[in-house]
Amino acid sequence: MSELIASNSAESTSTEDSPTGITGANILLDHVTKRFPGQARPAVDGLTMEIPAGKIVMLVGPSGCGKTTTLKMINRLIEPTEGRIVVDGDDVTNMNGDTLRRGIGYVIQAGGLFPHMTVATNIGLVPKMLGWDKARIAARVDELLELVSLDPVLYRNRYPKELSGGQQQRVGVARALAADPPVLLMDEPFGAVDPITRLRLQDELLNIQEELQKTIVCVTHDFDEAVKLGDWIAIFNEGAQLEQYDTPERILGDPANEFVENFIGSGAGLKQLTLTRVAEVGFGDAVVGSPGERAADVLARLIDAGHGHAVIVDERHRPIQWLSRRKLGRLELISNVPDPKLPVVGYRATLNDALDTMLVSSAGAALVTGRRDMFKGVIDVQTVMDAITRSQTAAVLESDQAPVGLNTGVFQAQAPATDADLNETESNGADARAGQ
Amino acid sequence: MWDFVRNQYEQILFSSWQHFSLVVQCLILATVIAVVLAAVVYRSSALTGIANSVSAIGLTIPSFALIGLLIAPLGFGVVPAVIVVAFFATLPILRNAVVGLSGIAPSIVESARGIGMSRFRTLLQVELPMAWPIILTGIRVSAQMVMGIAAIAAYSLGPGLGGFIFSGLSRLGGANSLESVMTGVIGVVVLALILNLLLVGLGRLTTPRGIRV
Repeated sequence: MSELIASNSAESTSTEDSPTGITGANILLDHVTKRFPGQARPAVDGLTMEIPAGKIVMLVGPSGCGKTTTLKMINRLIEPTEGRIVVDGDDVTNMNGDTLRRGIGYVIQAGGLFPHMTVATNIGLVPKMLGWDKARIAARVDELLELVSLDPVLYRNRYPKELSGGQQQRVGVARALAADPPVLLMDEPFGAVDPITRLRLQDELLNIQEELQKTIVCVTHDFDEAVKLGDWIAIFNEGAQLEQYDTPERILGDPANEFVENFIGSGAGLKQLTLTRVAEVGFGDAVVGSPGERAADVLARLIDAGHGHAVIVDERHRPIQWLSRRKLGRLELISNVPDPKLPVVGYRATLNDALDTMLVSSAGAALVTGRRDMFKGVIDVQTVMDAITRSQTAAVLESDQAPVGLNTGVFQAQAPATDADLNETESNGADARAGQ
Repeated sequence: MWDFVRNQYEQILFSSWQHFSLVVQCLILATVIAVVLAAVVYRSSALTGIANSVSAIGLTIPSFALIGLLIAPLGFGVVPAVIVVAFFATLPILRNAVVGLSGIAPSIVESARGIGMSRFRTLLQVELPMAWPIILTGIRVSAQMVMGIAAIAAYSLGPGLGGFIFSGLSRLGGANSLESVMTGVIGVVVLALILNLLLVGLGRLTTPRGIRV
């Protein structure tokens, strides 16, 4: 373990000056099999899978397909019956399980916090086991609470039952990150919170990941969540048989087989909208006015620019009204009353959210805001359509040029093995897609 | 009655203290035994079943009979008294400790293991503290029960208020006999109330806010 931690800290210092800043470690599951006593078929059947460093890999599949078993074998909460687990180049199959787990973050549904300990004690557990001194632990706790957007002063001395579900989940993530592990395992982390909180937590996880670049392996049964969070998605069938291991774009655009198609369900095209963010597609500029201006002046500028609508922003450049030529024509002065029904999307929002806002507002367009809700531009339906077309062509192009397996190194799924030749499967390991 | 109490003042206080001390020490011993036993059995449903049967059947044994039986091999004095009191005190605590430990959500234990706690550390830092309020309830039940049993232990000439009861009963009708019995009984009841209050206080002090109901 000490080697794992040491190599981890050594790695993080060495990667500090590298442009990627990846602090994660890659993981290799090498012909891993798990048989539970009393069950005829193995829960995980000769799975070989590489998880690239610094990426989010989502394990999805129907319940009972072995995805959770696969996850728990990485930190050996479930001991593999056969095969090797390699983390960051070190074979961890036979090291002490407790020391291994101290070096791997682990988050479960609802956070799994200990109710008799305060938030700070919960988060400080792993550092304490690793022998950090009190001052360092306290500083780390505050740092982590900031990271998961909880005010340390308010929350560090609270007990889990004094937190909402979403806050408990955040503390769970903070606890998992406490000793700065290279790998984070998440077992249906957002399954127990309401849909709105879930979306927010997902966004936050993406923000945290952008900053930390850990290797995250996450089990979910929610395909939309997998598409939203995953750099790579592994779709499992029974016996943890890999049906497809690919980028979300490729899985949506080019599903490997019928099982994957069924699993994606209807609306693959719509789901592709969640892959692109407003910031990536670019947006048009607009005529901007401010409260107190004469409406006629703004209208004149509008006609000059050939636009149909003018955006009124307040003193901090936040949009408050969106006025058509007709409305401007009827006004004398521009008021400073904000319009509550303004169609606004953040620049980090997905095209799916943007389209939804447009449909609701029936304007066929939406206002894009950036940091601190400042107005950035206008996005319309045509922009969204163009983006879809572009990403579809891109997905096909990518699949022509880059054969699977070279994107992230080697990943192989075991060809469905019969019980008899389980031990000889090394030779016939097949590419996930070629095996289909 | 008042004359009896006034005359025997020192003897009553001394016996009360002896009685109280016997019960508290036996409770501590019983708690340790019960928690260790519970920690051994709670993860196996077969052993848990045995433990529960033992504590249910054990409570049906008449304490008077048990102490009588122990006098033969162990003689009179403190030893049989301690054994009987500790035995009966263990049973409710064992039962509650098993219930408390097996009532902890598997996800909590899994998350403790998942962050790298060993089996033993999980028991010590997570499971026992979470089961503690339930174990303490068992201790309170035990405390009430063995206050009375400790009085009976005086039959083996053990320490405590039971002496007043037995000496009074043996010469019922004689001078001060009723007063002696009443002193013993009331003393036991008062001690039980005091101990209960102390245990409630202990619960307040040792139960973290996060799991207080």
